Amino acid sequence: MMELIVPFTEYAFMQRALVGSLAVCLGAVPVGVFMTLRRMSLTGDAMAHAILPGAAIAYLITGISLIGMTIGGLAAGLLVVALSGWVSRSTHLKEDTSLAAFYLISLALGVLILSLKHSNLDLFHVLFGNILALDNDALLLLASICSISLFLFALLYRPLVIECVDPLFLRRSGIASALAHYGFLGLMVLNLVAGFHALGTLMAIGLMILPAAAARFWVTKLDHTLIAAVVFSFAGCYVGLLTSYYFDLPAGPAIVLSLGSLYIVSLIFGCEGGYIKRVTSKRHLEA
Amino acid sequence: MTIELNNLTLIYDKHPAVHHLSATIEGGDLLAIVGPNGAGKSTLLNALAGLRSVEQGKITGLNPDDVAYLPQQTQIDRSFPLTVTELVATGLWQRIGFHQSIGHKHQTQCEQAIAAVGLKGFEQRMINTLSGGQMQRVLFARVLLQDRPIVLLDEPFNAIDAQTIADLTRVIQSWHKDQRTVVMVSHDLEYVRQHCPKTLLLAREPIGFGSTQNVLTTDNIKRAQRMVEAFDESAPWCRKEDA
Repeated sequence: MMELIVPFTEYAFMQRALVGSLAVCLGAVPVGVFMTLRRMSLTGDAMAHAILPGAAIAYLITGISLIGMTIGGLAAGLLVVALSGWVSRSTHLKEDTSLAAFYLISLALGVLILSLKHSNLDLFHVLFGNILALDNDALLLLASICSISLFLFALLYRPLVIECVDPLFLRRSGIASALAHYGFLGLMVLNLVAGFHALGTLMAIGLMILPAAAARFWVTKLDHTLIAAVVFSFAGCYVGLLTSYYFDLPAGPAIVLSLGSLYIVSLIFGCEGGYIKRVTSKRHLEA
Repeated sequence: MTIELNNLTLIYDKHPAVHHLSATIEGGDLLAIVGPNGAGKSTLLNALAGLRSVEQGKITGLNPDDVAYLPQQTQIDRSFPLTVTELVATGLWQRIGFHQSIGHKHQTQCEQAIAAVGLKGFEQRMINTLSGGQMQRVLFARVLLQDRPIVLLDEPFNAIDAQTIADLTRVIQSWHKDQRTVVMVSHDLEYVRQHCPKTLLLAREPIGFGSTQNVLTTDNIKRAQRMVEAFDESAPWCRKEDA
């Protein structure tokens, strides 16, 4: 039993990793739930790539600097959001195409910039994060992003729900529709930047999407889905960190893989449309 | 509250979808917009709802805040995990905005609206379990809750069964009795003849506007059909004066 707790009581780096990843989850997972509901899971993946050049340019200028890379990532992500939003609203291209165009430009630029430094180790760090090396400043940053994100999420919750179900309904009341749309994309970028410090640009999206996708196999109502997804993400981070500790595995992929296992278990055993339930349950009510 | 459409032209890809339309919708009118497919009915309704810009001419006397708009059901994502009550409650948005809480009064209004469309007992059902007719009842309940002086309905009875049409027609009639302005797009000429005192027959250009009996004549309907088919890629630019 003690083995489940000891790594976190004995080692400060494990404590920090746990606290940091839980903070990222708390902010990012509710946003992830809406991404799955709005069929934007892959949009989020694209966005994660778009953040790379911002972080890369900041890295060229400031080296491995927490604040620098955060600002760089945010700036690049928000720029891509704004540009692709503008293109899709003012030309005949749909948002997925315009977003793909900008993120590919952005990604290529990011890899190019990083290669100028001739160090694959740095690239590895940016791509896969470093959850086991979070210092106080990094923790503070993750906690701040989590708080800001939760606050904005609460503020945007109503228009966001309406925008998802019936987009025309809000478009008539002007500002709220644009606020919900761009505000949500902004939230996505913000949380991806937090996630990228912990898990790297490529894995960050896993933390947002996998718990949300798993939760939908267990509950149906929106509020229940939000709660279940956050609980799942906590469990995934905890199990992932433990696994990485005992089997000496890289922590980021271990966390994402444990979330992935949770998703696959839900897919098979989930009581709301899980595979076994669908195959075995042929009974029906009288009315 | 009178809505004036003054020499209105709405354009899709250079072609007029609605062409030089002038009409006056009086406050309290129950007006049907009819016409063949491609006649510009939904385009006109979208312009009235403030969902698209007006290329030429003007709409006056229409404050967007006064309008409750019921789009075609295809615009709505029914897989989103909301309950009937939650979807109906979105009709409170104009009144409670981002942060005001949903009070006891609002809850009662929600319940009353749901009961008025015959969905009592369905309050906690998820919207993805509803039939097309039940969903339309939910959307009518939302319009009830919005409580606006002008109601725009886009083909509200497409693929809806007779019982639901009868029930929801009673709701429309209650709006008419309350002196609300109701404008509905419809394909069902029989329904329009029975229930809508006024009609605008549209075939991109207005073919007839006024009392339904005078507008929906066999001649007018044939003329509308011919007009809408005349879609000419090599047509010259329209030189009709902008009023």
